[in-house]
Amino acid sequence: MASHFLLLVLFALLVSVVFAVLMKDEPREQVRFGGLLFAGFVGSALVLGWLMYPFPL
Amino acid sequence: MRATSAEQAQPGSLVLICLAGWAIPGAAHLWLGHRMKGLVFLVALPLMFALGLLFQGRLFPFELSQPLVGLAALADLAIGLPYLVATSLGYGAGQVVAPTYEYGNTFLIVAGLLNVLVILDAYDVAVGRK
Repeated sequence: MASHFLLLVLFALLVSVVFAVLMKDEPREQVRFGGLLFAGFVGSALVLGWLMYPFPL
Repeated sequence: MRATSAEQAQPGSLVLICLAGWAIPGAAHLWLGHRMKGLVFLVALPLMFALGLLFQGRLFPFELSQPLVGLAALADLAIGLPYLVATSLGYGAGQVVAPTYEYGNTFLIVAGLLNVLVILDAYDVAVGRK
């Protein structure tokens, strides 16, 4: 598996699940907080990726 | 939800709870009766560690001459038993030329650091702060 995006999604998913379960006690809150974290991880990575796009390697 | 004083652990068992949480991710929460949380940690953290090994990540050696390498080694060690099993079986050599090498390192290090947070959370639960 060498897709950077899939690896990023996998990482975001696992970290979001652990943080959500750690920080919230109610299942409904956990799902909401975990979803927000996951969206934040993936969204910010996409935005940062596009912002870096014009820069040469 | 705050624990009652009857649920609070004694100092001796606090150490055991934290040690169990270090050795087996989620064990401390299972010990304290938080089954769902414990099971999630028991699955997610060793899975993250195993994925790190699968992605050719490296289990860093304890090199005091290179502080960052030493800190990464400490973070790796924080996952507990999975680290000891992996090192004893010879896993974690790391393939620096693999495209997933840095991802592997990140998975391994973050799994350990998350386990530290899980242990601290279990400690808070055990002393009645949560």
